[in-house]
Amino acid sequence: METPSRRFSLTRLLRENSSLQGLALVSPTAIYLLLFVVLPMVLIAGLSFLTRGSYGNIVYQVNYSNYARLLDPLYLRILVYSLGVGAATTVLTILIGYPLAYFIARAPARQRSLLLFLILLPFWTNFIIRIYAWIMILRTEGFLNTILLNLGVIQVPLNILYTPTAVLIGMVYEFLPFMVLPLYTSLEKIENAQLEAAADLGARPFRAFLRITLPLSVPGMIAGSILVFIPAMGMFVVPDLMGGAKTMLVGNLIRNQFLTARNWPFGAAAAMLLMILTLVFTLYYTRKAGFGEEVLI
Amino acid sequence: MTDFAVELQDVVKRFPTPEGGEVTAVDHVNLQIQHGEFFSLLGPSGCGKTTSLRMIAGFEWPTEGKIVIDGKEMGRTPPYLRPVNMVFQSYALFQHMSVFQNVAFGLEMEKAHKAEISRRVSEALEMVKLTGMDRRKPKQLSGGQQQRVALARALVKRPAVLLLDEPLGALDLKLRKEMQLELKALQDQVGITFVYVTHDQEEALTMSDRIAVMSAGKVLQIGMPVEIYERPNCRFVADFIGETNFLSGTVKALKGEMATVSVPQFKSEIVGMAGKGLSVGQQAAISIRPEKIRISEKEVKDRNCFTARVVDTAYIGSDTRVIVDLGHDNRMNIWEQNTTSATDPSVYYYQQNQRVWVTLIPENTLVLPED
Repeated sequence: METPSRRFSLTRLLRENSSLQGLALVSPTAIYLLLFVVLPMVLIAGLSFLTRGSYGNIVYQVNYSNYARLLDPLYLRILVYSLGVGAATTVLTILIGYPLAYFIARAPARQRSLLLFLILLPFWTNFIIRIYAWIMILRTEGFLNTILLNLGVIQVPLNILYTPTAVLIGMVYEFLPFMVLPLYTSLEKIENAQLEAAADLGARPFRAFLRITLPLSVPGMIAGSILVFIPAMGMFVVPDLMGGAKTMLVGNLIRNQFLTARNWPFGAAAAMLLMILTLVFTLYYTRKAGFGEEVLI
Repeated sequence: MTDFAVELQDVVKRFPTPEGGEVTAVDHVNLQIQHGEFFSLLGPSGCGKTTSLRMIAGFEWPTEGKIVIDGKEMGRTPPYLRPVNMVFQSYALFQHMSVFQNVAFGLEMEKAHKAEISRRVSEALEMVKLTGMDRRKPKQLSGGQQQRVALARALVKRPAVLLLDEPLGALDLKLRKEMQLELKALQDQVGITFVYVTHDQEEALTMSDRIAVMSAGKVLQIGMPVEIYERPNCRFVADFIGETNFLSGTVKALKGEMATVSVPQFKSEIVGMAGKGLSVGQQAAISIRPEKIRISEKEVKDRNCFTARVVDTAYIGSDTRVIVDLGHDNRMNIWEQNTTSATDPSVYYYQQNQRVWVTLIPENTLVLPED
């Protein structure tokens, strides 16, 4: 005898099968990740093993020399330099961002959201325009030099623009909010009672900071470092515009290979190397500090 | 050795309000806490007890008045230089440190030697029965265990005074009762002065040598638990500590320790123990505790004896709780202890609307000035 319930019903299937329910729940995320993370990654990985044709086209011929070419001292130097700039940017954003985040976290609750808003406000302006603003400030006849000359602090204009210093200034400027926000989040979470307890147990303010505040803000520092270091390695706009194209970072290399040299397989190989390096760095950094998934989430 | 472990001399604390005004949290408080005493600050939330404690700890400074600890005026001495330690309501354990590191923290700040730190930490952990837990992180401990770590962390410093801010508030009832006795035993053992803040009157009565009852920033009464319970000095204290029944009337006469009060609804007058500061003609509150009222099914002819109607009876095992109406909706709670083991319910229950006679024994009846 046929009953209506015997017929196929998706809702009934879902109701009875809990693993199917789980699958259904994660599927939007899974599809998203598949389309926008896994697929491009597989394409780039595949591309990095192909050959460039004479006209910048791609020849479907397996080729490992793209990676071998990256070991050329010329490219290794770019890589090391990028790591250096990334690390310097990270350290500088911590040094500048920490007091800022601390100040915001300790501000009266009503002022905090305003201060955070001010941190994010520059993002409302186009990035390129902000970089040009920096150029106006730093160039030889720029704002900074004019003021310093008029004040008599310097006699000869400072030559900052189109130097590595300018690149670093631009990078730190661009990435500072990415450090301040996670730092703020972890600093704001520290209960006042913890600091009171430290003071009560005999810790002077500075010792209390070193023993309580600093360790408790490490997760924020790690999250911020990841958010700063990884994009800093791949950044090419700042070195291009503020470094006067004299400074070459991995980001510039990749961009040039794809757009200028039209060597997509080599650019893909460089991109893969950058990704592997940052992944290794991130894993090492998080494991070493004793924070695992907690930070990456 | 000075006279007092902690002294508050006419201490006032005002806080600015967000609206630009001022609120007085502590209002001319005077306290003298003896060495080795278990002293409780008891009152409803917002009465200023925690603010007082925080001023002793040094987290707040008095707007007016002086705080003297161990004979030294504290002035604006920061917390890290005061010979007191605090157990926080939230425990405020350092989450990134192990139990050992938490307890050792205060000793490290004193720059004690490693061997001494390790010895004293072990002692402190043993004292609070946490031996073997030293490598755990606070998150791996139960609420009761965390509480003990907080206690050990403060006691290991051997402070002149230990301040406790509702330390048992977060624990469940059973654990709280256990910890109350344990804390008291611990205090006897270490001999340190405890200043204990609580809103739980039973907790204060159980543990304290003396209690200061606070309300709206003022200390209303200071005394031993027995004094506070048996001889409250005002209506608020009588009401806040334990349960009581109130009747309002006018003082007719004062004679020795006794006061006669006429209650408008009753034809006769009520005689009770006169509280301090009573004068003839004044409005007074008559307070009588539910367990001190006699109830009889036969007519009694005595002074302070009234006829009443039973409104409700509740049997709760140890007691039978009776609500009677003395007329004009003047209700009274009466608790009768069940001293028999009879199984006949009628022994324990009164019938609804049953006529009974209640006696307010003058010695158990307090006449207090109306607030």
